[in-house]
Amino acid sequence: MREILQLNNVSLIYQAENGEVPALENISFQAYEGEQIAIVGPSGCGKSTLLSVIAGLDPPTYGKICVGGEDISGVSDKIGYMLQKDNLLDWRSIHSNVLLGLEIRGMLTKENISYVDSLLENYGLMEFKDKYPFQLSGGMRQRAALIRTLATKPELLLLDEAFSALDYQTRLAVTEDVFGILKKENKTALMVTHDIPESISMSDRVIVLSCRPGRVRNIHSIEFPTVTGLPMPPLKRRNDPAFGKYFNLIWKELDVHV
Amino acid sequence: MFNQIIYVRKGALSVERQAYLSKQQKRRRAINFCRAAVLVLVIALWEILANMGVIDSFIMSQPSRVVATLTNLHSNGLITHIGVTCFETLVGFTLGVLLGNLIALLLWWSDFLSKVADPYLVVLNALPKIALGPVIIIWVGAGMQAIIVMALAISLIVTVLEMLNGFLSTDKELVKMVRTFGASRRQTFVKIIFPSNLNTLFNSLKVNIGLSLVGVIAGEFLVSKAGLGYLIVYGGQVFQMDLVMTSVIILAVVAALLYWGVTLAERLVLNAVKHTKHKQEVVR
Repeated sequence: MREILQLNNVSLIYQAENGEVPALENISFQAYEGEQIAIVGPSGCGKSTLLSVIAGLDPPTYGKICVGGEDISGVSDKIGYMLQKDNLLDWRSIHSNVLLGLEIRGMLTKENISYVDSLLENYGLMEFKDKYPFQLSGGMRQRAALIRTLATKPELLLLDEAFSALDYQTRLAVTEDVFGILKKENKTALMVTHDIPESISMSDRVIVLSCRPGRVRNIHSIEFPTVTGLPMPPLKRRNDPAFGKYFNLIWKELDVHV
Repeated sequence: MFNQIIYVRKGALSVERQAYLSKQQKRRRAINFCRAAVLVLVIALWEILANMGVIDSFIMSQPSRVVATLTNLHSNGLITHIGVTCFETLVGFTLGVLLGNLIALLLWWSDFLSKVADPYLVVLNALPKIALGPVIIIWVGAGMQAIIVMALAISLIVTVLEMLNGFLSTDKELVKMVRTFGASRRQTFVKIIFPSNLNTLFNSLKVNIGLSLVGVIAGEFLVSKAGLGYLIVYGGQVFQMDLVMTSVIILAVVAALLYWGVTLAERLVLNAVKHTKHKQEVVR
């Protein structure tokens, strides 16, 4: 399998006015093509910071990051980033919203637009393409945000708590939805979440980070039986006996004290 | 989400809804009536008391004399005076808005520049710009240009501060989102910052139209041969209170119309570009 992402001893030390804060320490791991990796960790351990570093928004203090075999310095067009809020612009139609990334990168070609249209078609947003964000439900908005990210054909997707702004029911439905889309498009994704069940239900591997400074505490391979030759979808996983085993394993490692 | 809007249909109103709507309408009418009554009452009282000699109409003027002055002025180039004041105000206002937004953009662009400019902006904002009157007259000459510069001086700093504040407090998540697509500073401004701040812009326009008028009248007090400010100063100097009062009343109407013009532009623009739930409900 092709290696999409490689982190080599990545460390980040924040320089704040009142001193320096070590946020990440010696983080190394790889992600392979088509793989979904979840990152969990206690709050404030630098999960989101790690994504910002990989996205090229914050340069690491030490270490190297390779995406698709190339070193990352600054924002790369090989990476798509999805944030917690859908951040659809309410003055643009859905169609014009999902084209925003292409527009910014100056990639509004005929092929790219028809690729976006095919995504809209495949994921049930075609009939809403001339609507405005306020006319869509939370789940549909999140799907539009995902299409906006996929539009630039990134090799690696970063999802930063991408579902935590949704209510619980919508969230379950959207994770099912996004999981299906990621598998179907064979996308490599790195997702940060504070929700252990979500991490188990959506990923092939779970990386557990320690308290600040964030270090890789453990990496778990999540294995579920396939369903008719396809990976088991999130909702089914939640009912699988293996689910509880993974949950306990990760919960113990997170070492939460109230 | 769609359903909520569809429920608000005409023709299918419940009894409770009808009762609520008619109560609302009654209230609105009462408010409008009282507003008109206050105006009529003040004018009537002013006229009657002046006729009875309780107030001295030489000092206080009186409505009938205002009307007489108005007709007299009409044949003496009133329209020109109004036109001059409006022209100066609009030019000062436009320059203030354009220049103010440009400076705010520069300061948003460069955080360093903005930090450097900060203390100066604070001082200039606090400084009563009228104090610059003599300086302005000497620098740009006594005439319409001095009046326009005065209007500009009064409205500029407020525009810069308000727009800069709006630009800087734009939703950070939206900015981060376009950054992840590698947006340049220019793209961030054009695609996110400016469209996010249309409300800020119109709020600043509403404040500015009033401030520009303040600047113009202050300027006309100092140097002018025409305009409403000139009429007021001239009336005061020759102790013609009728002229002063008439000019002030016209000025009030002009100010209201200019403000109304900005509000109208705001409604037209926002209706054309905004697509939010709120607007949809308003339209229906």
